[in-house]
Amino acid sequence: MSSLPSAPSKPPIWRDIRVLRWAFQLLVLALVMAMIYWLYSNYQANVAKSNIPTNLLFLDNPANFTIPGNDLDQSQPVRDAFVQGFYNTLRVAIVGIVLTTILGTLVGIARLSRNFMVRAIATAYVELVRNIPLLVLLTFMNLAVVLQTFPRIENAWLPLDLFVVSNRGIAIPWFEGSGTVLLTVLAGALIATWIVVKLRGRSSDSTGKPARGLLFGLSTFVILVIAGWIVFGYNWVLPFVDDRATSGGLRLDPSFFALLVTLVVYTSSHIAEIVRGSIQAVPSGQAEAADALALSGGQKMLLVVLPQAFRIAMPALGNQFLNLIKNSSLGATISYFELTQIAQITVGNGSPAVPAFTLTLLVYLVISLVTSVIVNIANRRLALVER
Amino acid sequence: MTWVRRNLFRSVGDSLLTLVFGALALYVLWGVIEFVFITGRWEIIQVNLKLLLVGRFPEELLWLVSGSLMALGFWVAAAGGVAKHTSEKPPSVGAKIWNGIQRFGLLAGVGILLIVLSADWDSVALGALIVAAIVAGRLVALARNKIGALSRIPGWVWQPLLAVAPITLIALTLSQASIDLWGGFLINFYIAIISIFLSFPLGVLLALGRKSTLPIIRLISTTYIELIRGAPLFVLLLLAGVALEFFVPPDLSPGSIFRAVTVFTLFTAAYVAEVVRGGLQSISRGQTEAGKALGLSTTKLTALITLPQALRNVIPAQIGQFISLFKDTTLAGVALNVVDLLNVGTAVTKQDDFLGQGLIYEALAFVGLLFWVGAYFMSRESQRLEKRLGVGLR
Repeated sequence: MSSLPSAPSKPPIWRDIRVLRWAFQLLVLALVMAMIYWLYSNYQANVAKSNIPTNLLFLDNPANFTIPGNDLDQSQPVRDAFVQGFYNTLRVAIVGIVLTTILGTLVGIARLSRNFMVRAIATAYVELVRNIPLLVLLTFMNLAVVLQTFPRIENAWLPLDLFVVSNRGIAIPWFEGSGTVLLTVLAGALIATWIVVKLRGRSSDSTGKPARGLLFGLSTFVILVIAGWIVFGYNWVLPFVDDRATSGGLRLDPSFFALLVTLVVYTSSHIAEIVRGSIQAVPSGQAEAADALALSGGQKMLLVVLPQAFRIAMPALGNQFLNLIKNSSLGATISYFELTQIAQITVGNGSPAVPAFTLTLLVYLVISLVTSVIVNIANRRLALVER
Repeated sequence: MTWVRRNLFRSVGDSLLTLVFGALALYVLWGVIEFVFITGRWEIIQVNLKLLLVGRFPEELLWLVSGSLMALGFWVAAAGGVAKHTSEKPPSVGAKIWNGIQRFGLLAGVGILLIVLSADWDSVALGALIVAAIVAGRLVALARNKIGALSRIPGWVWQPLLAVAPITLIALTLSQASIDLWGGFLINFYIAIISIFLSFPLGVLLALGRKSTLPIIRLISTTYIELIRGAPLFVLLLLAGVALEFFVPPDLSPGSIFRAVTVFTLFTAAYVAEVVRGGLQSISRGQTEAGKALGLSTTKLTALITLPQALRNVIPAQIGQFISLFKDTTLAGVALNVVDLLNVGTAVTKQDDFLGQGLIYEALAFVGLLFWVGAYFMSRESQRLEKRLGVGLR
């Protein structure tokens, strides 16, 4: 024990772990760079040979096509068509996410129902839809249901006289005049309702009397909306068939309708499984405690189980929302003029393919990033605050 | 009786639900039965059966496909091995048969349906041969368990030995019939299987890279995974359809199936990476620490301890990934004009004999059925496997 080395000698450079780590990383980086450079130089060479532009100047060229349901002129630049496509993607994505969350939650609850019939139907729905390719469902919805089964406009179906269903699209009741007045009234009523519910909750906390937030909130909402109706006079407009077209109401394009329904149905089958799993993951003591407090079945679900289930489900739900947004690109296969369809048409009209599709991919990436930021914020709000 | 009361008519509201949903179920069921047996005109499927299943595959080489199917059946049955029963009591014969029907009844049903639709003796013979090959596979697996000499052959000799026949046959099929002639359901399966195998090593590397302590490697892997995951597959396929030739040397002219496999491989790798990363994170710290205590290097630690356990844990999720890839292969039909099942299914309704007769229901029902059975079978098997592996139980 007398001859301990006074200081560990430095290892040679080829065995020094710090040197090795960086050497390895730089090597991999160089390989990846070389690969990218190879692809890029191929691209440059090929493009130069056939005189294809590599920049985004094509956005200023005239579009040379029109978009149904939109007053885009043929001579307007491609840029405007892309913006319109972006709006159409957002339209189907936002409406789809709202509807699919509702449908998926209902089916997920139904899968755990005590009623055998309800449970069996929900299971059959989920297993049927989940295992068929989305594109097959979409093609079926478009070719078989909308274009073949829906009647021509002359003998359109008029269920309850509220809707007009034909192969020209679906018309639903909508509000007359500008939507802004209505939206303002609805937003005002919502804020007022929220304040009332909060105030009731606070007074209930201090006095111990029951809050009855639902009762007070709903009545505030209804009273305000009716008051707004009397003051501003907005009105329902029912659609009707008007000589080979529909008038009044809101007309949904057949392709929009087919895409929306397919995305909602397909995604809801996945969401139902997530919701089911999350409900089962809520500790059973919670439901038992709700029973012990003599809450009704609906109250137990709405007030105790579902809020905790959504806390568990939120990250997976966010993934499904992202999937729905990305799957909306399949609208291009049924001529729904969303982002991908616009890119495809403009490339067909002579715009350079690589810049056009790269731009499209970037837009999808931004939409995805914004969505996941929103989901993360929601997740943080919902997450259990621990010490 | 108690079952009925408890599950269907517990209360007034419950009874109402039962009646409403029961009526709905009966209505839908009746609609399906009427469509399948009365109103459906199925000759469009019968006439085009070969086109739907294998596309324009040359008639005289079809025996290669049949042979490959038999060899694959033999291989899966033999390599799958004999289940080791962990329970004390071995299941009765009746339970075994019932179990078999539950697992494979659907596949057998579709096989019978296809034979009935094709309505010739060749397909009956083919069906019988495939069944015989599967039985032979089971017998070989059983023999390996029971006969001493066979059971002493080590696994790394035995498994490749079994795989020789199917791989040779598939390679022979590929070399005889140009891949561009493949089509129908065959091409959906082919693209899915090739892509999942090719994407697997890349995915594992990306997952290791993302979990690595080396910052540059982590950055590269994470960037790749997140970029791919943020992109719609359909747009990538369209891009490959018009622009892949720009990125390779001009003398290489990629065909549409090559393009499809490239995109599916690069795309799936990112998702496989996330699945494997989940598996790596599920390994408890004690495993790594034990490896370090034994003085293993990082490479050995990964190759011998963490990765094998992680891969074993993610087998079910991996099957899930394969199912979604299998379903997504339909996109190649639209984006790249690959003659896949869905593409053929919509095209046959435009044939002169069938044009304008509204046969799209029949065509898409058949297409949907094949995909549904394939995906449903695989998802059931993966659930079974999940239970057997006991993922999440330990």
